[in-house]
Amino acid sequence: MKRVVITGAGTINALGVGVPATLEAMREGRCGISDLEFRDVERLSIRIGGQVKDYDPETIFNRQQISLYDRFTQFTLLAAKEAIEQSGLTFIGDLAAHGGVVLGTAGGGVSTWDENYRSVYEEGKNRVHPFVVPKLMNNAAASHVSMAYNLKGPSYTVSTACASSNHAIAQAFQIIRAGGSKVMVTGGSESMLCFGGVKAWEGLRVMSRDACRPFSANRNGMVQGEGAGIFVFEEYEHAKQRGAEILAEVIGYAMSSDAADIVMPSKQGAARAIGGALTDAQINREDVGYINAHGTGTAANDKTECAAVADVFGHHADRLMISSTKSMHGHLIGGTGAVELLACIMALRDGIVAPTIGYEEPDPECALDVVPNEAREAKVDVALSNAFAFGGLNAVIALRKV
Amino acid sequence: MNVKDKVVAIVAEQAVLDPSDVTMESTLEDLGIDSLGLVESIFAIEEAFDISIPFNANAPEESDFDISSVATIVAGIEKLIHERV
Repeated sequence: MKRVVITGAGTINALGVGVPATLEAMREGRCGISDLEFRDVERLSIRIGGQVKDYDPETIFNRQQISLYDRFTQFTLLAAKEAIEQSGLTFIGDLAAHGGVVLGTAGGGVSTWDENYRSVYEEGKNRVHPFVVPKLMNNAAASHVSMAYNLKGPSYTVSTACASSNHAIAQAFQIIRAGGSKVMVTGGSESMLCFGGVKAWEGLRVMSRDACRPFSANRNGMVQGEGAGIFVFEEYEHAKQRGAEILAEVIGYAMSSDAADIVMPSKQGAARAIGGALTDAQINREDVGYINAHGTGTAANDKTECAAVADVFGHHADRLMISSTKSMHGHLIGGTGAVELLACIMALRDGIVAPTIGYEEPDPECALDVVPNEAREAKVDVALSNAFAFGGLNAVIALRKV
Repeated sequence: MNVKDKVVAIVAEQAVLDPSDVTMESTLEDLGIDSLGLVESIFAIEEAFDISIPFNANAPEESDFDISSVATIVAGIEKLIHERV
């Protein structure tokens, strides 16, 4: 089995454009959640989100590109550019022939659906732009990355709601570990912050109107975010030979299904994914210093997740740190695990653990060290990233300091 | 149909019960309505009465709308209808 390392990272999200800006915001415990700005927002009862502000695609992409790139694809391409440039790789020959792109998204081109439904239903138009389908399809982002960088190996999109990115990352890891490719581009993207996207979520009554406060006793729901996180995964020897800067090693993963309920999480399902990742990575539970929690800020997720962590880690659960950065960037749904992987890399490489901001009152059902409100310096050797999706689909990634 | 009968009909449909099996004292839990069923019932009530119910599934006890029994739900709806007029 091959070892797999991360040699490039890129992002755009409510905390900033690029990895340095995002990590700085996480270190400072800054909140990227603000008033949503888009058409018809006044008809929503939920009006906050981790929206990417001051973003003008026309200064970045040309008219032809914009006619093909939904916002989730634009975010992906921006993050991919940063990640691939950092890796220093150029895809030619064998590297190009086997290199692929595995990305996660839950909704794909949601704003493209939204705009075009509006045009035919509300405005009564009988014609839509010819590129609506290639723009909205869930695999559009992965395809455009493959086209932009000449990646001709296995490329596809994984859609498992809030675990999409972690499932995608696990798949890319598996391909390199099994010797299928030296390099894979992976991560995920989401952009559902438009009228229809938020209206659909409102219906479930799980969204907060004021803030995302994971693990805090007064939490009252999740807050949506948007953006992308993209990584270059590379076979260790290949990276070492070319002297690439290694951000962290990916050492294992596990996926599990609750097989129980379409929305309510299960402690057992989550625990099987967390425990499975430790087994796959061949590490002891005492090795884990930090967990980037799924930590949505809903009543159901946070207590179930804490119970699962307590079950898997026993006494060590009280010694490890677990934080939810969703309190800062919001819940990026299918893109969330990708942006959250950055917090794991920061913990391993920089020795700084991102906080759970908005934490106000301890909850006896979430009695773990959630790194409340302020980032902390700590030596972390192994970190986990949790993702537990609607539909009961769970994926946990394990990383190690290099 | 008055408010009470409409609510009973909505709740009974959600619980897959005959309306005669739903009493004013019944709790949604008694009737076997789970969290998804609850959210769906609230949606159906909002549609039937053209009202907005302040309900957050994360903190039901903090909502102004009391869902502890069919009777409290009916009372809550009557209050919202009254406020709308």
